[in-house]
Order: sequence, then C-alpha cells, then structure tokens
Amino acid sequence: MSTKIIARNVTKIFPSPQGTVIAIQNFNLEVQEGEFLCIVGPSGCGKSTFLRLLAGLIPQTSGEIEIYPSPDAPPGKPLNNIVFQEYAIFPWKTVIDNVAFGLQMRGVPKKERYEIAMEWIRKVGLCRFARSYPHQLSGGMKQRVSIARAFANDPEVLLMDEPLGALDAQTRTVLQTELLRIWEEDKKTVVYVTHSIEEAVLMGDRIALMTAHPGTNKAFFDVKFPRPRELRLTSTPEFGELTYAIWESLQSEVQRAMEEQLG
Amino acid sequence: MKRRKFTLNERWQNVLLLIFMALWNLAFFIFGWWKGSWYIGLGMDFAIIVILLEHLGRHIPAKKQPLYERALSIGFPILLLLAWELLVRGGVLKALWFPPPSQIVRAIWDLSVTYEKFTQTSLLGRPWLIPSAFRAEGWAGVRALMAESHVLATLMRVLAGFLLGSIPGLILGAFMGMNRTVRVMLDPVISAVYVVPKITILPLMMLIFSPFGETYKIVTVAIAAFFLVLINTMTGVRDIDPVYLEAGRNYGASGSKLFWHVIIPGALPVIFAGLRLALGTALIVIVAVEFVRAKKGVGYITWYYWEVMQTHNMYAGLVVTMILGVLLTLSLQWIQRLVMPWQREERPAVAEVAEG
Repeated sequence: MSTKIIARNVTKIFPSPQGTVIAIQNFNLEVQEGEFLCIVGPSGCGKSTFLRLLAGLIPQTSGEIEIYPSPDAPPGKPLNNIVFQEYAIFPWKTVIDNVAFGLQMRGVPKKERYEIAMEWIRKVGLCRFARSYPHQLSGGMKQRVSIARAFANDPEVLLMDEPLGALDAQTRTVLQTELLRIWEEDKKTVVYVTHSIEEAVLMGDRIALMTAHPGTNKAFFDVKFPRPRELRLTSTPEFGELTYAIWESLQSEVQRAMEEQLG
Repeated sequence: MKRRKFTLNERWQNVLLLIFMALWNLAFFIFGWWKGSWYIGLGMDFAIIVILLEHLGRHIPAKKQPLYERALSIGFPILLLLAWELLVRGGVLKALWFPPPSQIVRAIWDLSVTYEKFTQTSLLGRPWLIPSAFRAEGWAGVRALMAESHVLATLMRVLAGFLLGSIPGLILGAFMGMNRTVRVMLDPVISAVYVVPKITILPLMMLIFSPFGETYKIVTVAIAAFFLVLINTMTGVRDIDPVYLEAGRNYGASGSKLFWHVIIPGALPVIFAGLRLALGTALIVIVAVEFVRAKKGVGYITWYYWEVMQTHNMYAGLVVTMILGVLLTLSLQWIQRLVMPWQREERPAVAEVAEG
C-alpha cells in the first residue's frame, strides 16, 4: 500500500469585493492506494471546494496537494476525474459519446473508445440507451452515465462530489449498492464527498469529518466492516453504533453551521 | 346516474344553441344589422361555435384527440377566410381596404404569370420559362429570368445580409462571452448602438456605399442581424452552466476542444433564438428599405400598388412577404433540428393525460 493523495495545510480563500471568505483552513488528508475515503461535513463546510482543489480545477491559496501516479501507469492516464453532484453529463451528446468523452479528449480512436464506453455502459445497465440523449433519461440513469464516464476514463483517483445527492431515497439506495459493486471490481482510489453519514459508513474505508465554516479537520473514523459490502450491513447494530458515534462528533458542527446561516 | 342525465342535457343544449345561432344570423340578415354591427354578430357566432366544439371534443376518444385539434387549427383559419370573403361580398367590409381572399389569390396568380414590360419584372421570375431560356441563351438566359423576380431579389438581399451579419456576430459574440475584459469594454458600446432602429442607418449606408445597386441594402440588413446575433451568442456563451465547463476541463478538454465540444453546443439554443430574431428583423428591414429605395422586391411591389391604389395587388405583395417569412423561419428550424439533434423532443404523452 502506498500513499496516493497527500494534502498538507490546504487553505482556500476566496477574494471578493466585499472581503475575503476563508472556505478551507489548514486541511490535512492522506489517502492510500485503493482506499475508499469519504469526506463528511455540514453543508457549506467547503468539502466540494476541497474536491475541486484536489481536481486542480481551482488553485489553493496555500498548502500542498499531490496525487501520485502509479509507477506502471500508461502515458496519458488522467490523474483524476470527477463525478459531479448535478447531472453534469452533456445534454448535446448521446450516452455513449458522454461516456467516451474523456477518451475522445485524449485522442483515443473512435472504435476503441466506443468499445471501452460500451463495456461501462453495460456495467451500469444502460445498454438499451447507448444512443439516447440525456433528456430521454431519468435522474438515476443520468447519474449512472456520469459514473460510467468517470470509470471509463480510468483515472488514477476518482473524485465524487455528492454523486447521489440529487436523487430520491430509493434510487439512491439502488445506486449505492451498484456503485459498491462496480468499485469492488478493481478498487480504485476514491475520495467521496457526501453529507449522509449512513452513505459514508456503508461505502467508505475511512471517514474524514470536516468542521463547519471554515472547513478543517474534525476527526477521522475507520470503517472496518468486511467487503464486499451489501445493503444488509445497514441493519446491523454495529452499523448503527458507528453511525451514531459519527453523528455525535458532527452534531456540534452542524449546529454551528445552522446558527451561522441564521446570522 | 347523474352523469348520464348531464349528457342528455348537453345534447339538448347543443340543439338549442344551433337553433339560437340560426335565428340570430337570420335576424341579423333580415334587419340588416350585419352592416353596422357585424362584429357583434360574428362575436356571438364565434362564442357559440367554441361551445359546440368543446362539447364535441369531449366525445372524441383520446387517441383521435390530436387529429381533432389539428382539424380545428386548420379548419378555423379557413372559416375566417370564408367569413372575410362573405363579409366583403355582402358589402359589409370595404373591398378597397379588405379585398376578398379570392381576389388576392387571383392577384398573386396574375402577378406571377405576367411580365411587367415597363419595369422589366415579374413576381417569381417566370420559372416555367427556364428550360427554353436555357436552350436559347444558356445560363445567361436563366440569370436574366431570375433577375426579373421580385421574390428572388428580396430573398437574395435577406440571405446575403443575414449571412454577412450573423457570421461576424457569432464570432465576436462567442469571444465576448468568453473573455471578460473584451466584454466589459465593448458592452456599453454595443448596448448603445443596439437600441438605434437599424433602418435609420440607411442614409449613412447610402453615403458610404453607392446609393445605387445592392450593397447598401445588404449592409443595412447585415448590421441589423449582426447585433441580434452578437448579443444572443454572448448571452448563450455566458449562460452555459459552469458545471459543464468544469466537467469539460476535468475530462481533458481545453482550448479549441473545449470550444467545439462544450461551449458552442452549450450556447446553441440561445444562439438559434438570436438567429431567429435576426432573420425576422432582416425581413422587416429589407421591406422597409424596399419601400423607400428599390425598383424590385416584395417591399417595392407592396408600396407601388398602394401608390396606384390597386389594393388587391398590394395585398398580394403582403401575402408573398408573409409566405417568404414563413419559409425562411421553417428553413432555419430545419437547420436547427439538423445541428441540434439532441433537442428533437417527442412530446410527452403524460402531460396530456395529466391535463385531462
């Protein structure tokens, strides 16, 4: 096991004409190769911002962020890909073109990238819709496409920004187990941002708690349940105990976040 | 039980309404009310017809409903034309102001088949002569025929002006949408010039280009189209959901790849809205230009036949302009469907059910 991601003393300050906003302050994180790490925090704590820093979409104000590529990585292998919270698949591309998008941008020939894309479309169960446009799909199906797009691009690490947050409870449960099943096939390193403690406990190897605004480290929890995991896990007393323990730790932060919102 | 009783009532209602409508119209006819208060008579007729058709619509099975609605949307305009025709023939409407539809159709036909020797023009350019002209003089003969057409003259001006204005509008608009500095600098200028009615620059265009020929007409149309396309393209590019740009960049798109795969398709709906507006405006501007300064074009004939008080021919010009507008809009819609296949939406049947 080697270290895949290191974030040291990461601070992000957003300047604005009204004054500066400190989104993240001295946040530290270390993720091992093949680890499924969940970040949980109250809303507005900067967890989505941290994910964008990890992805390199926005620069950090100070601190270090490093994603280490595996030594045997083929050239052109992307460092990271995000599964966004909203349905960020392109409405103007068919399902297969969406899934193949990353490969297309890397210059993979059409036949090859369609083969890879088709395989992932099959894994998320959307074979019949490969040539459909997103507006013909339901919310759950769109997010399946989004997940397939990330996996098909085969990045060093997968970053997931509340990928199931916009779905209804039943669809979310179905997709949680599907995501687990797909992930357990090759155990890619994942950083998974969520506001649902149950989701984090069900899916993650380790959970990083963040404080309310400005976001920084609150605590880490190890989740030692054996894999492969199934939904049945959520009915065990151990699951409930861990979930509650995390909630107790997070409660004060959620309280603080709500008070802050009220002003 | 109650439901059944109601349908029985409805049937009687319908019969009563029909009798009432017949008496009403008869009374109008006998007492000569049509002349003075035709709008009251027509208004009442319209209301009764709506009620009757609503009743009828409830008995049409859901499957036939679209067909029924189509029949209504086609049938009613025909009824309107018929009413117009009858009102003029009955002497209610002035034939000089509102020549009956049959006369307008006749006028369009006459204008199409006759060649004005004095102005050397015809409405369509007599396309049936093309084969013989080609045999006699080759392409020059065909060109000569096309040159005499009012419709083609207007069409060429609109298309040339539209393209000449839209393409720079698209390029500059996309640029302004993407670059904040350029936008901040140019926005006030564009907003200021935008509110000027474009037809007012016609004299300036005649000064800069020659006041003869086609150039100044086309440029005036182009400038009108330019601003509409520019502003809409800029808005379209700016309004792309940032998450698409983030996704594009995160999956390795940058520069021209980001532009063609994310920015342009994302902005296309608004760009096409701008193109539609620009096309409509182009038609308005060219007709206005032809009113004042042209010896050819549908605007010119509309104006000319007003001057010589041949209203049916003036209407012919109006109708041809309308048809031209419809055809141009339909072509643009067709192009839009080709360029944006992802917007080809089948109408959800669920909404229909939910409404009923």
